[in-house]
Amino acid sequence: MAQVIFYIIGAFILGMAILAVTAKQIFRSAIWLLFSLIGVASLYFWMEMYFIAAVQIIVYVGGIIVLVIFAIFLTHQSDEDMPQPSLKRKIASALAILLGLAFTTSLVFQYGFTPSPIPFDTEVNRIGRQMLNTGDGGFALPFEAISMLLLAAMVGCIVIAMRDSRPIQKTESSSSNTLQNHPQEMNT
Amino acid sequence: MVPISHMLFISTALFFIGMYGLFTRRNMIAVLMSIELMLNSVNINFVVFNKYLYPASLDGLFFTIFIITIAAAEVAVAIAIVINLYRSHMSVDVNAAEELKY
Repeated sequence: MAQVIFYIIGAFILGMAILAVTAKQIFRSAIWLLFSLIGVASLYFWMEMYFIAAVQIIVYVGGIIVLVIFAIFLTHQSDEDMPQPSLKRKIASALAILLGLAFTTSLVFQYGFTPSPIPFDTEVNRIGRQMLNTGDGGFALPFEAISMLLLAAMVGCIVIAMRDSRPIQKTESSSSNTLQNHPQEMNT
Repeated sequence: MVPISHMLFISTALFFIGMYGLFTRRNMIAVLMSIELMLNSVNINFVVFNKYLYPASLDGLFFTIFIITIAAAEVAVAIAIVINLYRSHMSVDVNAAEELKY
């Protein structure tokens, strides 16, 4: 029974991913991606890695997808179709993908992994203790590095998205339009 | 028990599906979504290796957590860049940013 569930989850992930990269409208593409990420989370649940599954749902489904959907709405594209790639490009990429997939799959199936007999301890306690451990095998330094990275990303986002107060020297009409919109956006 | 190679096949296929999206899409946000798929496939790999091959350690799990964190930071910065580019070019097509080449 567990095997059947695994294959159903796998087919779900791959089917949703294929729909996500081939959908015509970008908003639908984002929704298919959302389902694919939920499928990955359910795969983690199937493997009894509950902590990772929770992190996957919180960060990916709750954070990243929402951010992507915001970006789609901010760039006003939800109503129109994306330009389809040319047939030549489609065929060439599909060939390259199939070649790479066949090569990697043959390598994976040849290798013959032997599972370890020890059961995996899924206690969250263990994860927390090792993550903040400064001793041997502890992950305290990468943890601090990643927190610095998040801070840097936050500051970087604010700096990039901040509107320049100096007049833009570009002569494009589009940039002057956005400058005129500025006070309205600030009010709302 | 499902063989490990079948789990790895799912992650491999997911990676190459993401790569197909990367090759064919011309929209920056769609390219970003394809990259998310590829990052997810790597996460599956790490978790499978950690659980079934090296259950005594937790290294794969920590790699997965750090990859998820970095993916979140990456998406935030990338979307800030995309929106900024949309403001100046009124387009999110990768060809619209052609002048970056010169």
